[in-house]
Amino acid sequence: MTHTLAYDLSHLLGGIVLVLSFALLYQRRLMSVINIYALQAMTLTAAALWQGYSQGATELYVTAIITLAAKGIAIPVALHRIVRQLKLHRAVETALGVFPSMVLGVAFVALAVLVVLPTTAQSQTLSREDLALALSVVLLGLLMMITRRSALTQVIGFMSLENGLILAAIGITGLPLLVEIAVAFLILLAAIVFGVFFFRIRERFDSLDLSHLDVVGRTQL
Amino acid sequence: MLTELLTPPAWVILLPLATAICLAFVRDHRQAGWINLASAAGTALLSFRLPWQQTVGALLLVDPLSAHMAILTAFVGFTTAWFSLGYIRTEATAGRLDPWHLRQYHALFQAFLGSMLLALLSNNLGVAWVALEAATISAVIVVGLSRTAEAVEASWKFFILCGVGIALALFGTIVLALAATPILGPGLPTMTWTSLATAGPQMHGTLLNLAFVFLLLGYGTKAALAPLHAWMPDAHAEGPTPVSAVLAGSIPGVALVLILRLRGLLVGNPEAISPGPPLMALGLVSILLASLSLWRRRDVKRFFAFSTVEQTGVAAFALGLGGVGATFAAILHLTLHTLAKAAVFQCVGRAAQLKGGQRFTDISGLLSRNVPLGLTLAAGIVAVAGIPPFGLFTSEFLVMAETVRLQPYLAILLGLGLVIGGWALITRLITLCTGPETPNPGPAVHWTALVPAWLHLALVLLLGLAMPESVTAWFAAIAEVAR
Repeated sequence: MTHTLAYDLSHLLGGIVLVLSFALLYQRRLMSVINIYALQAMTLTAAALWQGYSQGATELYVTAIITLAAKGIAIPVALHRIVRQLKLHRAVETALGVFPSMVLGVAFVALAVLVVLPTTAQSQTLSREDLALALSVVLLGLLMMITRRSALTQVIGFMSLENGLILAAIGITGLPLLVEIAVAFLILLAAIVFGVFFFRIRERFDSLDLSHLDVVGRTQL
Repeated sequence: MLTELLTPPAWVILLPLATAICLAFVRDHRQAGWINLASAAGTALLSFRLPWQQTVGALLLVDPLSAHMAILTAFVGFTTAWFSLGYIRTEATAGRLDPWHLRQYHALFQAFLGSMLLALLSNNLGVAWVALEAATISAVIVVGLSRTAEAVEASWKFFILCGVGIALALFGTIVLALAATPILGPGLPTMTWTSLATAGPQMHGTLLNLAFVFLLLGYGTKAALAPLHAWMPDAHAEGPTPVSAVLAGSIPGVALVLILRLRGLLVGNPEAISPGPPLMALGLVSILLASLSLWRRRDVKRFFAFSTVEQTGVAAFALGLGGVGATFAAILHLTLHTLAKAAVFQCVGRAAQLKGGQRFTDISGLLSRNVPLGLTLAAGIVAVAGIPPFGLFTSEFLVMAETVRLQPYLAILLGLGLVIGGWALITRLITLCTGPETPNPGPAVHWTALVPAWLHLALVLLLGLAMPESVTAWFAAIAEVAR
């Protein structure tokens, strides 16, 4: 009974993270993209808490707190401020329409399931399906980075990709804590570096649109 | 476990990291330059003792492979810090970097060096991953320091591509830990190289394959193997030259060492795929793509960055061939190329300061008035092109011999790539050194600035002319560990 509950709930949470990745793909407004990213991080927090409880692993609670504090609250707040202060365009500029990117997204999820499930046939059921969900989130994050023009949405794609990595990490019993801390550090550092970048790009080009950044390609090759 | 941090091998890592923190507080860039040099020299001296301090611990792994690569990285770090002293003074006088940037530059240089050494000497896959990430972030900031549009784009590209690469590598690390958990139990051993090596043969083959694919893509991006190399030319062209010189050898070197250890895991497992063909394919694509791209470059630093992609490809290809002989050749090639390429970048950096630009149209006819610089650059390019008497001829010859023995048909492609690449290098050498002379608006280059490059080239020459028996034995020991 408890086993099936642990199984179902972790799948449900993993599934929500994946659905939110899809939601990131079709959002048109910058503010909603940031909000959905925050929601995804919060779902991830819940998933980490649940895994910590069902595996009896206390270090996962630490991961959950780090995820909530950094990615659920701090980074979205900072991003909202950046958007307001820099008066960025509120609409998301995409390089690929909603329909093709959704189709590609579904194809990526199918790919992830086809790759992970057969290869992990002998491991514990819990981790292998979590791994398939996590890989889907990673691939959707990559897709988002490819199909968005503005630096800000690319960064959110990158961070949603990291959410997928954490989802993979928490699903595995007994993975050293090291990894979670490392990922948390990475997010922190990434945010700092990205922050620096935003201001530099802004100061150079008065825009966060990366198509302005094609100078090297055109003149120096 | 933490007492390991107080043992002598750990000092090699801690010294640069501690210096990085100190340098963040040093205002005067002249002082910072000297501190930078002193610390890099200390690190190099400490690293020379590593072969006699081999240990296997929970945190550190000092075996011939990691000791060798650490010595190489620390040595190049030292000569580059030496070179950087004069280079940075000229940049500061020209007003291209302000005091705040210089402070960041010196602190990040040491942070980069320390992280690379940590990645090499760590026994833990997770720690190595964190260290490589830290190294990437330091390098990204340094590349963007000059804040021109091109520099911002280069560092953005560097960051995004390497960020994705490193994320994929983390996924691979997690899958590898998942594969190891049933055998080693939960906890730290699932990420320790030495315990993974013992568990390798019993791991679930297909899970190991999945981990390999992600780790190869992730660290392959860091090694700048085509088609994952796009960040490399931009980062080289836009970053300060000392960084290009260090970047050229060490990031690909560290990434290849990680791939090499991973190869050992897969080779030992009967169910896993053979790691050779994917590595050989990435290597060959890098060699062919880069050697053809060389012909179309107009920017000197970008040109040599593509040449780095080509040479890293040669090393990756040799690693893919497998066996002790090919691994011997690959490590030798990696070592010699790192030394030769750092020397070339040091000369190119000086030449760019002298000529006030880094295009082939700016730099030409160096031999007419700047004989020492022109001759050193010429020697460096000849070395990189793999022409005797320099050591890269030996290593490329060994790679070729092993290819003919193991995969005779691929030897045609390899030979083609090497000839096209070498030819491009020599063609450019002729215009750089003996073409029509361009104006020299920058400060003249004194011969003392070239001593670090001479040191490198002398080593490459020595290993090409007569390799002492002890050195051969050392490389054989590395190949034995790494197979």
